[in-house]
Amino acid sequence: MTEAAIPSGRTADADAVRADRLRSGLRRRYARERRFKLYGLLAIGVAVGFLVLLLGRIFDQGHTAFYAHSIETPVYMDPARIDRAYPQGTNFELLVAEQQLARMGVQDDAQGARAAAMRGLFSSELKFLAAERIQAEPELIGQTVRIAAPLADDADLYFKGEITLDTPAAQRRLSDEQIGWLDRMRAEGMVSSHFNSALFTRGDSTEPELAGVLGAVIGSALMLLVTALIALPLGVGAALYLEEFAPKGRLTNLIEVNINNLAAVPSIIYGLLGLALFINWMHLPRASPLVGGLVLALMALPTIIIATRSSLKAVPPSIREAALAMGASKTQTVFHHTLPLAMPGVMTGAIISMAHALGETAPLLLIGMVSFVPGIPHGLTEPTGALPSLIYIWENASERAFHERTAAAIMVLLAFMIVMNAAAVLLRRRFERRW
Amino acid sequence: MTLLFLPTLIVAAVAVWLGARLLARRRQQGVRAHSRPGQFGTLALIWTVVPAVAVLIASAVVTPALEQGLIASGAPEAVAELEPLRRNAFFADARAVADGQPAARIWEPPYAELMPAEGARVARIAGRLDLAGVALAALAALAGALFAFSRIRPEMRARNRVEAWIVGLLFACSAVAVLTTLGIIASLVFDSLRFFASVPITEFLFGTQWSPQTAIRADQVGSSGAFGALPLFAGTFLIMLIAMTVAAPVGLFAAIYLSEYAGPVFRATVKPVLEVLAGVPTVVYGFFAALTVGPAFREFFNGVGASLAGGPLDGLGQYLMLVQNQMALVAGAVMGIMLIPFVSSLSDDIINAVPQSLRDGSYAMGATKSETVTRVLLPAALPGVAGAMLLAMSRAIGETMIVTMAAGLAARLTLNPLDTVTTVTVQIVTLLTGDQEFDSPKTLAAFGLGLTLFLVTLALNVIAQRIVHTYRQQYD
Repeated sequence: MTEAAIPSGRTADADAVRADRLRSGLRRRYARERRFKLYGLLAIGVAVGFLVLLLGRIFDQGHTAFYAHSIETPVYMDPARIDRAYPQGTNFELLVAEQQLARMGVQDDAQGARAAAMRGLFSSELKFLAAERIQAEPELIGQTVRIAAPLADDADLYFKGEITLDTPAAQRRLSDEQIGWLDRMRAEGMVSSHFNSALFTRGDSTEPELAGVLGAVIGSALMLLVTALIALPLGVGAALYLEEFAPKGRLTNLIEVNINNLAAVPSIIYGLLGLALFINWMHLPRASPLVGGLVLALMALPTIIIATRSSLKAVPPSIREAALAMGASKTQTVFHHTLPLAMPGVMTGAIISMAHALGETAPLLLIGMVSFVPGIPHGLTEPTGALPSLIYIWENASERAFHERTAAAIMVLLAFMIVMNAAAVLLRRRFERRW
Repeated sequence: MTLLFLPTLIVAAVAVWLGARLLARRRQQGVRAHSRPGQFGTLALIWTVVPAVAVLIASAVVTPALEQGLIASGAPEAVAELEPLRRNAFFADARAVADGQPAARIWEPPYAELMPAEGARVARIAGRLDLAGVALAALAALAGALFAFSRIRPEMRARNRVEAWIVGLLFACSAVAVLTTLGIIASLVFDSLRFFASVPITEFLFGTQWSPQTAIRADQVGSSGAFGALPLFAGTFLIMLIAMTVAAPVGLFAAIYLSEYAGPVFRATVKPVLEVLAGVPTVVYGFFAALTVGPAFREFFNGVGASLAGGPLDGLGQYLMLVQNQMALVAGAVMGIMLIPFVSSLSDDIINAVPQSLRDGSYAMGATKSETVTRVLLPAALPGVAGAMLLAMSRAIGETMIVTMAAGLAARLTLNPLDTVTTVTVQIVTLLTGDQEFDSPKTLAAFGLGLTLFLVTLALNVIAQRIVHTYRQQYD
């Protein structure tokens, strides 16, 4: 502007050139600005896109595990084959397979290979169900009974479209003949699809169609109970001491640095600590919820301390001063006023760190939770599984049917975490006070 | 017995509390007392419970040795002659037999016949010791309670005493954090020392051969394990590098966008999404890496290899066609994604800590937003950002599940991201989750690796926290 006022042809020319250069420079700079902004959006897009991909993929892999196929078949309780005194000893699967072959008019060979192949389509649960019926009502021997039992994992996968005829027979777990039988049985209306209740009512099993997450869910719940009972009082106590009572000094400083560093120690190190301290030195039972809960408590402790301290800090000093002025002692001030006011924040932090502990896997592997534990745990000192370690075990299993169940177990785990985090958010919204 | 005693103790404690309260109220009548009756009650309760619990703990510490001595002194000759380990096993089994459970192992005739009688004797001794412990604890509780009752006077400063106990208790809580650190160090160092007694530390740190499969029986072939951890360090470093290549730019750019460009609504929607990404358990990332990303990457590289094979780059094509699911790239990339929210939230804090005046100054000079970010904010925030990156690196080094599920077990000294590599954490899990005997170098090696991991991550954390701390003070 000032330059325009100078009346000189040469400078005006130079001005035009400069303005031109500035304009084009400005264009470049604005382009760079847009590019830069785009990179930022792209980075966020990557993160969000990945989350969508991750969740979508897990749902895609896991939703089929929530239903399963079972078969209802008439069983002639052959008196010649069933031992009245000991029905559990009967090979019901083979019995049913042979009867099924006979009904379908298929001739077996001398070795009984077809009966074995047919038998492979039924779950071993069939045997237990049949034996139970006979034990309850021995008069059924000699009659024909209808029994509904789950199909074996491979047959189930075929009906879910995971095993198809397009795959070369050598790479398939089902032969052409077996698939033919399955199609015929379905056409006859013997096969039905239903909600896979086994997934939620059973413990782990080597057979995918009978494997469920209940054992692991209860194991995880017991572990979290131990964690909460230990980490919560200890964490709140430590935070109260550091925030309200500790004299400023070397020792306090040491404790604070210590807690900050503990929060960043890799979780697997806590596993090593648990193994050396609780199992090898104190001889607590391996793979028990007690040991798991202790290890997770030590892990959760720094987070709980940090969260508690920040919510104690948020309580304004005027509250403390008012209480002290009324003649309350330091301890009374803290326990009657500061802590109750900080409680919503404390609980929020505690729930979030519990949710985090729920998903922690590495330390659990080191204290023995990688071994196969069937059934439902009953106590704190029995070996159990936990949800995250169950996911790890199932992911390693060779049966295809475990893959969808792994994804389903992940969905269960994520559901629990979402519930806990939602509870924390609600708690914060409902009770948080801004001073 | 002890389990029966604990509820009794609780009931007694409540009774003492109520009683002391009542007594204090009665004695305070008409007098100006220092403390409230409830505080006397609490003090009496402390006097009752603390001695009892102390006695119980002491008896739990002393009893095992005492019990062993008593059992051994009265043992029949045949049993006394057994070597100590077998003798203890015999007594454990005898006890099980006496309880009506099956013995853990089969004992030959002279011992088998002794079993029921010995079992009964062992059970009797254990029962008496238990009873003695409980009786002592009950006595201590009684004495404490009586002492407390006798001391209740209106002028006594019960409140101060109770509060001193409470502060002591709170201090004990915060000491647990220090004890945890000491416990970590002690357990790692103790077993590492035993490991380094059999494997020289230089061989461990600089050896290039890692094959920890030691024989279970001494005469087995291939019983000599090699414990050169260099390939593990290289693998860990490679995966960390890949993860940081993904996480550092993406996380940083996300943080810059969120703090400098995004409006409040955008921020409020994206931040929770990033929090969800941070909250997903690592085992889930591992599952995703192993079953989705791994196969996808393998198919991609195999496809590229197939199109290159036969051409001028035949060698590369042949190599790419053989790439496996488990490669460093898969684990590294997924770990990088996992670290994005971590890096971005740390960087977000750091960028927000840069004073607004610096931004305003830059805008006043006519700089665009991106110029302000790259030439003013980032240089000003550099130490803080560097600290955040170090923290992310430490996370990447210590991360276990993703690598365990997606990186593989082959210990190779390579920097090729398409190769299968293994890491320190994977080897710790592998060494400690198989069949193990506790004292073999194989299991102890895990503690050596753990110590290394702990020291490296600790160093990174300390440096990073110091940098971030100094950085924050600069702008406070």
